[in-house]
Amino acid sequence: MTSVAEPRRLVLRGRGIVPGRVEGEALVSHETISGWGGIDPATGTIVERRHELYGVCFTGKVLVFPGAKGSSGWSGFFQSTRLMGTAPLAMVFTNLTTKAALGAIVTRVPTVTELDDDPVARIATGDRVEVDADNGLVVVHGPWPRSDHPR
Amino acid sequence: MVALTDEEKAMRDGRDGDAVAAAMDLLIRYADALGAEHLCETRNVAGTNTQPSPAKTKLFEEGGWSKAFAVISLDCDDDITVPQMKVPTCQLQHGFGNDALGIMPYSERNIELQADAESFYSSKGVNVLATCTPYQVGNLPTYGEHVAWMESSAVVYANSVLGARTNCEGGASTGSASITGRIPCWGNHLVENRYGTHLIESGLRMTGFQDWGMFGYFVGDAVMEARPVMVGDLGQPDLADLKHFGAAAASSGGVEMYHIPGRTPDAPTLEAAFGGAAPPEPLHYGEAERRAMYDSLNSIGNSEDVDFVLIGCPHASLEQIGRVARALEGRTLSAGTELWVMTPRALRSVADRNGWTATIEGAGGRVLTDSCPAMSRVAPAGTKVFATDSAKQAHYLPAILGIEAWFGTTEECVDAAVTGRWRGSLAPAAVVR
Repeated sequence: MTSVAEPRRLVLRGRGIVPGRVEGEALVSHETISGWGGIDPATGTIVERRHELYGVCFTGKVLVFPGAKGSSGWSGFFQSTRLMGTAPLAMVFTNLTTKAALGAIVTRVPTVTELDDDPVARIATGDRVEVDADNGLVVVHGPWPRSDHPR
Repeated sequence: MVALTDEEKAMRDGRDGDAVAAAMDLLIRYADALGAEHLCETRNVAGTNTQPSPAKTKLFEEGGWSKAFAVISLDCDDDITVPQMKVPTCQLQHGFGNDALGIMPYSERNIELQADAESFYSSKGVNVLATCTPYQVGNLPTYGEHVAWMESSAVVYANSVLGARTNCEGGASTGSASITGRIPCWGNHLVENRYGTHLIESGLRMTGFQDWGMFGYFVGDAVMEARPVMVGDLGQPDLADLKHFGAAAASSGGVEMYHIPGRTPDAPTLEAAFGGAAPPEPLHYGEAERRAMYDSLNSIGNSEDVDFVLIGCPHASLEQIGRVARALEGRTLSAGTELWVMTPRALRSVADRNGWTATIEGAGGRVLTDSCPAMSRVAPAGTKVFATDSAKQAHYLPAILGIEAWFGTTEECVDAAVTGRWRGSLAPAAVVR
């Protein structure tokens, strides 16, 4: 990790709503995400056809998104990703609603919201991100180096 | 941190058993995540327990319905005994029942599992209303009552038309509410969050629920999750009109609450709708906007050969079933076209008595209960093009099932079922002069 240049190191401060600390690669959605009708829990993939991340898998990624949309099944569908082993590693989202809050809790992944800057604008897909939900921090380290890419 | 009453602390600390303690733990974590200051007492929960999903089936096979309820409805990994529901709790729509056996590619195993789940949950006191519209079959909260409901179209109806107060809850929050009688007091439960945010001025009078559906589709797209206030000479809506309006607004946007001054109970006047604040600049809904909604809802239709017609999303009212029956009298469906009317079992029993089911079935259609193709994600085998009178289904079903959609009036849909052809067109708007 010491070889990583950190020109874009950035700290976003918010509120942790599901505790825990993890580090991983960001997957950023600029559009809100549907649970029911929007994701396939069996594969951890976005399946809404008109979505910018159609066909993209979020399993093991730090999912950064503006918020939840659609059916009240949102939380149940993300809970299913945990039960099927396809959950994201962490969640960072902008718009706090009942769907997203409950969904994060039952997915049981570290989650930060109510940040002091827009995470969707400031984090890029592929960035290495630390999510410290115990302290409400999201630390962005810039692009994940290919040498230790987690795949 | 959410402040708890002594009663809530006792539930959290295990006085009423492990399941209730787990439910309180979930509700506290959820309330803290939202930043809720306290919990509301509720005596009305509408949730979903009985529909099989791959994850739920796996849990059931490991440890029965108790295990499934613990993990999915309470977010708890311990072995617990499911108690009787503490407060009146109903099951929303679920997977297809055995009236669908053999007519579609929905697994027999799922139908068996669901029947078994129904026995289990009804023995625990869940009322298996089995509908997305519990308000059509007797679950009517009173004005101002705090409730814990799922299902976007039911939530918007409860908040806006009934004046009850609910957020868009999920499986674990409704499960926990059902055995504690509590839900976080946040969002729509608080008066200050229920005032209008946007003003929509219609230059058209609504002439039926197709019009209300298109209007709702426009409003949801315009305001997303915000709270619209609709004004104009709209006409007197009935239950089906507002059901379709809210469902459409919750589909194209995420509307959970709206006001129609003089028609919906939180807003006797325009001033009341905005809580005394000055209304914002209005957005206009006129002929061009109505046409654009119609075109958008019909943009997925190419082939005019219709092989599936769906009526009832949200679940059909008695009046809607009656309209279908009247339109079908003395006619026979096209050989290649299925017609399904989706409704709760409670309404079907009245439709049976009225002779409407016999008329619909005599023409070759079906009255099916307790679910819908969107919920169960199946349509008749081989469906390529469907027609519906529901803006919500025209929005969702092409994406879920990869089929083409036509959106029209109930009578146009029945016509498509009889002829196998789509011949719908947009009737002229009722422009208010």
